[in-house]
Amino acid sequence: MNTGELLIALALALPLFAAAATYAVGRMPDVRETLTLVSAIGLTIITLSMAVRTGAGDAPQLVMARPLQGLELAFRLEPLGALFALMASVLWGINSMFSIGYMRGKREPNQTRFYVCFCFAIFGVMGIAMAANLFTLFVFYEVLTFSTYPLVAHKGDEPARRAGRIYLAILVGASVTLLLPGIIAVQAIAGSTDFVEGGLLQGKVNLDVGGILLALLVFGAAKAALMPVHSWLPTAMVAPAPVSALLHAVAVVKAGVFTIMKISAFTFGPNLIGHMPVAQWLLWLAAATIVISSLVAMRKDDLKARLAWSTIGQLAYVTSAALLPAAAGFAAGGLHLLAHAVAKITLFMCAGAIYVATGATRVSQMRGLGRRMPVVFFCFLVGALSIVGMPPFAGMWSKFLLITASFGSEEWITATAMIVSSMLSLFYLAPIAIRGLLPPASDAAPVEFVRPGGAPGLTVAPLVITAIASVALFFFADEVIAFLVPVAGAAP
Amino acid sequence: MSAVLTHFNYVAVIVLMMGGLYILLSTGNLVRRMIGLAIFQTSTGLFYISLGKVSGGTAAITLDAVSAEGQALAARAGAEQVARYGVEGVIYSNPLPHVLILTAIVVGVATLAVGLAIAVRLREAYGTIETDEIQALDRVLTAAGQVEPAP
Amino acid sequence: MITFEAFYAAPPALTAHAPALLVVGPLIGACVAALSPNSRWAWMISVGSTIFAVWMALCLAGEVARQGVVNYYMGGFAPPLGIAFRIDALGVMMALLVSSVSAAAALYSGHALDAEVRSSKHTLFQAGFLLCVAGLLGLVSTGDAFNAFVFLEVSSIGTYALIAAGERRDRRALPAAFNYLIMGTIGATFYVIGVGFLYAATGTLNMADIAARVVTLGDSRMVQAGFAFIVVGLGLKAAMFPLHGWLPGAYAHAPSLMNIFLSATATKAALYLMVRFLFGVFEPGSDFAYHFMAWVLGPLAGAAAVICSIQAAFEKEFRRVLAFSSVAQVGYILLGLSIGTTAAASAGFLHLLAHALMKATLFMAVGGVALHFRGRTLDDFAGAGRDAPWTMAAFATGAASLIGIPLTAGFLSKWRLIEASLAAGQIWMVVVIAISSLLALAYAGRMLEAIFFRTAAPGAERAKEAPLGVLVPLWILAGFCVWFGIDASLPESIAIAGAQALMGGRP
Repeated sequence: MNTGELLIALALALPLFAAAATYAVGRMPDVRETLTLVSAIGLTIITLSMAVRTGAGDAPQLVMARPLQGLELAFRLEPLGALFALMASVLWGINSMFSIGYMRGKREPNQTRFYVCFCFAIFGVMGIAMAANLFTLFVFYEVLTFSTYPLVAHKGDEPARRAGRIYLAILVGASVTLLLPGIIAVQAIAGSTDFVEGGLLQGKVNLDVGGILLALLVFGAAKAALMPVHSWLPTAMVAPAPVSALLHAVAVVKAGVFTIMKISAFTFGPNLIGHMPVAQWLLWLAAATIVISSLVAMRKDDLKARLAWSTIGQLAYVTSAALLPAAAGFAAGGLHLLAHAVAKITLFMCAGAIYVATGATRVSQMRGLGRRMPVVFFCFLVGALSIVGMPPFAGMWSKFLLITASFGSEEWITATAMIVSSMLSLFYLAPIAIRGLLPPASDAAPVEFVRPGGAPGLTVAPLVITAIASVALFFFADEVIAFLVPVAGAAP
Repeated sequence: MSAVLTHFNYVAVIVLMMGGLYILLSTGNLVRRMIGLAIFQTSTGLFYISLGKVSGGTAAITLDAVSAEGQALAARAGAEQVARYGVEGVIYSNPLPHVLILTAIVVGVATLAVGLAIAVRLREAYGTIETDEIQALDRVLTAAGQVEPAP
Repeated sequence: MITFEAFYAAPPALTAHAPALLVVGPLIGACVAALSPNSRWAWMISVGSTIFAVWMALCLAGEVARQGVVNYYMGGFAPPLGIAFRIDALGVMMALLVSSVSAAAALYSGHALDAEVRSSKHTLFQAGFLLCVAGLLGLVSTGDAFNAFVFLEVSSIGTYALIAAGERRDRRALPAAFNYLIMGTIGATFYVIGVGFLYAATGTLNMADIAARVVTLGDSRMVQAGFAFIVVGLGLKAAMFPLHGWLPGAYAHAPSLMNIFLSATATKAALYLMVRFLFGVFEPGSDFAYHFMAWVLGPLAGAAAVICSIQAAFEKEFRRVLAFSSVAQVGYILLGLSIGTTAAASAGFLHLLAHALMKATLFMAVGGVALHFRGRTLDDFAGAGRDAPWTMAAFATGAASLIGIPLTAGFLSKWRLIEASLAAGQIWMVVVIAISSLLALAYAGRMLEAIFFRTAAPGAERAKEAPLGVLVPLWILAGFCVWFGIDASLPESIAIAGAQALMGGRP
């Protein structure tokens, strides 16, 4: 086993080991949570060295098992996957700190189950990020779905269980009825489901069959929340804030768009995508998703719901990037995946910190609250502006590149939708922070702290880190783009 | 009409079979249902025996063709028939179906025994052997969320 | 079958008579168990005979791997006079399945019987169980159509009595057993009538000979009538939709040992016999058989997969949910078989093996908890995940396989089924499998939700962890569910060999 194989095996084994160990020491909260943090740091080291290797042009691979004749549970690293794995493991560590603060601050029950499921979810993400074929990707895609169900239904009361049912019904429903037959059809047509540079199906399907397959696969990856399979995401907001932060801003939803990017680049290939009418229709649908979700977000008073709808729109950006002809927006899409993750996790952690401190969930309750929680609201502003696409925040570059690429490919509708939605997002995100920092309205006092001392330090520190990262990424965007360019010969 | 007359044993098979099935499905009394089942199974016996019958043939017990019985048989069947189906000058019915149906009868008796034994236990447990009453008793108990073990 | 060729761990005398010993072992065991002085002895005999049967099945597997087909003439009388056992790769698959599940069930019965059956009846219960095993093993190895009926009834009569033995815990076992007896006997009688027609048309009872002569008869009405009787009769025994009415009650109220054994083997054995007739005796290429499979078997199987899953989703009792799910899963197997290609048949057999494994796991988990716990409904099981974590984790593994979650055996077999339907251009089957999987998610999800996400009502009886003697076989089964989800090459090679033996080189 060479170093590359070892890295892949470790990246899969570490979260599993962490899950088992967490369960074993579940009675001792301090040990349990230290273990989570240590595992996250370990995983970050592993994914970082994977990223370094892939950046140097290496492509380690590992065949884990051959479940049936012609099927391989295999892994292969490429830059986009390495970036996704690195992002997930870094944010897992940061989010774990937040989890500790949040779960202890709220005195939530079943914390061991919570941490164990988190480990399994990360295991799923690692598998998705490193998958060498669609079969492996599907396997871990479902691992991710089922391991996050207990997190969504964490509270265990009837609304939470109901939300969990909807969550599973939509995600599994789409993946079993659309994604799985699509993948098996790919297997039947091409003889394998491997991710191949330039596209596995290139030259093997006509545009009609290819179009049906593309639609099956894109809608089947319901984690990407492209309308009309988006409604699970707002429903999943009953979960505790750390779950929303890591999973429904980063891991799960990004796994969805990551799947679509992989399918577009390696299953169909830029050439085929560019010629397919269905890809064009999906682009229009993504544009519609971008605008509609922004409009809905403006009307939501519940902070997490508003953030969820905003996420739906931002995911459609990445979907659009994946479907632009000739991979024009590919690297920009990868950058947006990263930039949005960092910004959105900041916003969700802010929402969580506010909830722990005051119990407030609605935007209308938060006016003037920023005076008492200045750090949190300032970081919220940073995250919000990054999502809007203002300099000097990471979101600016990815949006700029995406809009340029859309114009370059003469996708006027996509470009317009992105511009309109950026303006809308300025209206639905920035005012929350600004009004929070303004003096409270004369007639109503801001909500009181329900927890003496406000938000625990462990909930505030992580969001400061990610806010700083949002700024830092602005200056290092070029490196990320350069790292991603080898993928599918993507244009910057 | 002549087909019915020459195949009257098959007609009897069908009548028995349908009669047995009818009893089985129409009554709720467990013992009557077992009777229906027995009649239904008997029809297959008749069916098999009919299959094995060779017209003019005798039971498959070795018989001397020159003995009086043997010659009487041959005369009844006709020389042509004997030449076609005879074994050493005697026509026998096919013994195999008899053997098979003997096995089937044993199986049928065993089934009947088990079925009636269960019916006895049912009567001990429910106090009745009427299907509707048993179902009604079960429905009440299931609705109450409890199930009594048998005494 | 690469895997069994190396297996040769019996004296030649035993190997030569393995087909007979496979059946005779449990049969003698049954007699001895009936005479044994107490429950412990009977249990040991039961375990011993079933393990002996596993050994013989493995020997046969080795022989079949070397020779292709093992022909064994009972008492040395060759057909057409004597009874011939004919065992090919498909028979070996079934023999391995039946014997190993019966061994697992026998191991499990050590604890289960104490809680479920009156102690005075333990020896007789074990004897009945071994009779069932012997009957099913005979059924899968015989090459004689009438002999198959006898074995079918040997196992069925044992089954009726054993289901009725569930009365100690739940008196509804009695009407369920009676109902099964009526339906089973009608099915068996129909089968006999069908065999009679075939005998009248061909003059032989040896299945291979019947097959050879049926081809020459062409479109004979008599053969077709026999075909119809046989399919309906075996359909009743195999609980093929819509002839499955007897099954939920019989499964739900039987002692848990019988749940495990029946769900994994009994209906499968009847299905095996039907498949033998469909593909081995009648020419699948003929118009009649083709139309039957495409227009009757396939649609009925699809209806079973969907309708029975819906019924399962509305049931409240655990075992009834699992029983309805069994009918639905048999639908999957029949879907694969109705396509009529070797690839599809092997997919169906793979699902058959996977389903046997997961249903045995599920019923053993439920039964293991139920040893000291009278709960039976979803509400009773609320919070059981906290009270009996190991047992319920095994249950969750089985349920995951039932739904078809990746990394479990059920996923791979469904993958193959969808692949085969796509290859045959049967898009509707893909839709049916997908919908039915979602329904499986619904009914299995309800159970898991109750177990893990609800808390027991205050004052309710709490579930207890199953004893170690149950946990060990349970986790072996659950482990196989996961192992065959990661590397299914072993069951797949068995299934492919079985399908090839069945289809005899047809595509």
